[in-house]
Amino acid sequence: MVEFFFGFFAIMILFCSVMVVMSRNAIHSVLWMLVMFFHVAGVYLMLNAEFLAATQIIVYAGAILVLFLFVIMLLNLREEMNIEQLIDGWPAGLSLAVAMLVVLILALGSFSVKPWGQWSIEVVEKTTQTKALGKVLYTEYLLPFEIASLVLLVAIIGAVVLAKKKLKS
Amino acid sequence: MVPLHWYLWLGSLVFCIGMFGFLTRRNVIIMFLSIELMLNGVNISLVALSHYMQDLRGQVLTLFVIAVAAAEAAIGLAIVIALFRNKPTTHLDEIKEMKG
Repeated sequence: MVEFFFGFFAIMILFCSVMVVMSRNAIHSVLWMLVMFFHVAGVYLMLNAEFLAATQIIVYAGAILVLFLFVIMLLNLREEMNIEQLIDGWPAGLSLAVAMLVVLILALGSFSVKPWGQWSIEVVEKTTQTKALGKVLYTEYLLPFEIASLVLLVAIIGAVVLAKKKLKS
Repeated sequence: MVPLHWYLWLGSLVFCIGMFGFLTRRNVIIMFLSIELMLNGVNISLVALSHYMQDLRGQVLTLFVIAVAAAEAAIGLAIVIALFRNKPTTHLDEIKEMKG
């Protein structure tokens, strides 16, 4: 049963990723990406990461993709749909990506892990997943968390400065 | 129980599809979407490793990746708008004023 769900999510994720890359219209790409994010959230649920599944839907699908849609609708992209979607040298890109895949899969063949951490499923179940994640995030990873907030602040200010019209003085 | 390697293969495949898109498309917005695809492939691997190693650090790293992806999308799309104001195209081969 679990294998069946994994197969469904994997096939949908791969199909949607290919459609994102290959579709001619940028809006269609963003909408395929939306479907793909929901299925990635399903994979997270299978891996007992409920908080991350919610974050995936709220932040990725709710915030980032809406930002993409806004920008595409602000720009007028009629001419882009008439040109060929791939560049002329696409076999080079394809062979590079396939070579990367082969290297990754060969490297993963000899890779094995042991469950050595303290957060087994029973412990996480007892403390609830969000609380356990918060405990790790706010104690062990407090400094990176603060730095991430700083990165987001820089992004807000930078986006405003870059996208603002120059004022005539 | 799904073995760990299936998740890692899924993550690698998504990463490579994103890499192919980044290398072969010249529409700025779809190139950004390809970067998001690559980040998602990494996220799947991180969450799978976090589950199978019974450690929550992978999930914490995934949260940071999502935060950085949000920042990157905001900055990148602001740059796209600034570029579009100077030259109304999102096709990167048209943008060659800096001779780069």
